[in-house]
Amino acid sequence: MEKHSQRPEPKNLNSVWRFLRRCLFSVLSFGPMPKHIAFIMDGNRRYAKKMQIKEGSGHNVGFTSLVSSLQYCYEMGVKYVTVYAFSIDNFKRKPEEVGSLMHLMKEKIDQLLEEESIVHKFGLKLNFWGSLDLLPEPIRSAAEKAMVHTANNTGPVLSICVAYTSTNEILRAINKSCARFEDKTGEGSDPANSILVTDLEENLDSASCSEPDIVIRTSGETRLSNFLLWQSTFSHLQSPNLFWPEFSLRHLIWSVLEYQKVYPYLEARRKLCQES
Amino acid sequence: MLSYSSLQLTSPFNHHQTLLSSAPRRGITWNDSSASVLPCRPRASPSLISSLPPVARSLPENSPAATLVDEAEQGAALSLPSPLRRELLPSHVAIIMDGNSRWARARGLPSTLGHEAGYRALKKVVEHSHKWGIRGLTVFAFSTENWRRPKVEVDFLMMLFERVLKEDILELTKDGVRICLIGDSTELPKSLQNLSKEIIEATKNNTKLDLSVAISYSGRRDITQACKSIAEKVKHGLVEPEDITESLVAQELETNRILEFPYPDLLIRTSGELRLSNFLLWQSAYSELFFTDTYWPDFKEANYVEALASYQTRQRRFGQRI
Repeated sequence: MEKHSQRPEPKNLNSVWRFLRRCLFSVLSFGPMPKHIAFIMDGNRRYAKKMQIKEGSGHNVGFTSLVSSLQYCYEMGVKYVTVYAFSIDNFKRKPEEVGSLMHLMKEKIDQLLEEESIVHKFGLKLNFWGSLDLLPEPIRSAAEKAMVHTANNTGPVLSICVAYTSTNEILRAINKSCARFEDKTGEGSDPANSILVTDLEENLDSASCSEPDIVIRTSGETRLSNFLLWQSTFSHLQSPNLFWPEFSLRHLIWSVLEYQKVYPYLEARRKLCQES
Repeated sequence: MLSYSSLQLTSPFNHHQTLLSSAPRRGITWNDSSASVLPCRPRASPSLISSLPPVARSLPENSPAATLVDEAEQGAALSLPSPLRRELLPSHVAIIMDGNSRWARARGLPSTLGHEAGYRALKKVVEHSHKWGIRGLTVFAFSTENWRRPKVEVDFLMMLFERVLKEDILELTKDGVRICLIGDSTELPKSLQNLSKEIIEATKNNTKLDLSVAISYSGRRDITQACKSIAEKVKHGLVEPEDITESLVAQELETNRILEFPYPDLLIRTSGELRLSNFLLWQSAYSELFFTDTYWPDFKEANYVEALASYQTRQRRFGQRI
């Protein structure tokens, strides 16, 4: 059913497959559909080791898996997808690995802006969340160019977290809140009454997106590793026991079904928890 | 590669790791010095010996009391259930004690009895943590969202908290447990506020186990109050804006001000809910999460051992390669 290879498929087969998917998603949409899914794409390297291919190839296969998953998400009507591509902590890895990941990132960002890419197919708006100033200049420029290029797109949103940790994101929000507090109020005002939870929320990278309904971390690890800590407060956390390149349509469907099972309870809790 | 048949028979997902791997891997505790992103600020150690002497203190070697402490530690190691290894235990366990009401509803009982049963389960977990040498235990007793529950239930919970603190204080003190409270205490009834202050004062020099009870707590509000505190310091010129770092923010969090191990190594949530619900958001950035379908009142020693055993198999990388 799923395809990870890059061989072009016959057009007829593609159409049939697309039609079947549309039927499947129509059935799925009888239940509540998530608006925002976040992925921690873990296990590329371990996948490469398992398949006995070159280490760097695991990330390439992972990218193919990402594009497929994005396609399925957007066909299902998911409005926001967020992916954890590169953590600030990952800079502590060996320089060769970091260098190769940076090179891959530049290559894939450029690929995303090509005519035939998923960005143009769905009219995606691209966000890059993180401390982009930590990235080497070519990647930073590529990311900024991609954001400018897609800023006016009105389709679904793809947010890519690079040079990102949630605590760093919250820190930047705190810095902005403190700076705004100083500018706005001047002398004689009290931070205790002026800075609210909503002030921090407005200054997060994710301010323009809804909170994730589902956070999926592959490779069976059950931790968030400093990803969307604030935003995933009420998200349904899932940790499928497979490596990211193995994540495919059936896993995504299962993920949505699991979400639909608990949706009534989740929604009731969410309404109860609207904080001022 | 997963086969299609696995989808038909069972979920391809394994929501919680409940089996030991064939080669248990060493867990790294969060307070390892290589974890430089979120440094921990140790709590101030007491400078005076209190009227309620703590159980574990620095003692001269070969003194009878030192021998007793060594024996106590050996005893703790020996009392560990078999899959657990003392050196792989987490320093700090956090628990979201979920499912009391559903447990009661499933038995046709009022939710108040569910909370009573939940309290009994908590006592047991505190006892096990203390026996096995876990240094920190933080429990989510009441969130800011819980204020929206029916008044009868909220009032009962406040009374339960008071009763528990009054009844168990001597036992906790004797066992060297230090009680800490995190959350917005101004929203609590005055009597509970006063009692909490007494208990905190009475147990402040105990060092065997830090038991933090989160009442009227919200992770987002915790971070916001840290922000306010920093803004206050910037306003008074104590901190320059460019000096605001993650470490500084972490220091201002409620847990970091009072706990020796403020970051949970393991976070357990009962009742099958797979989310964090605004609990220790910043602090649990790298915590291993363990979810179990068991309702909190049914959480027994075997469940706790399962969670700890699962933790012991986890390979904690903190974003790096090992």
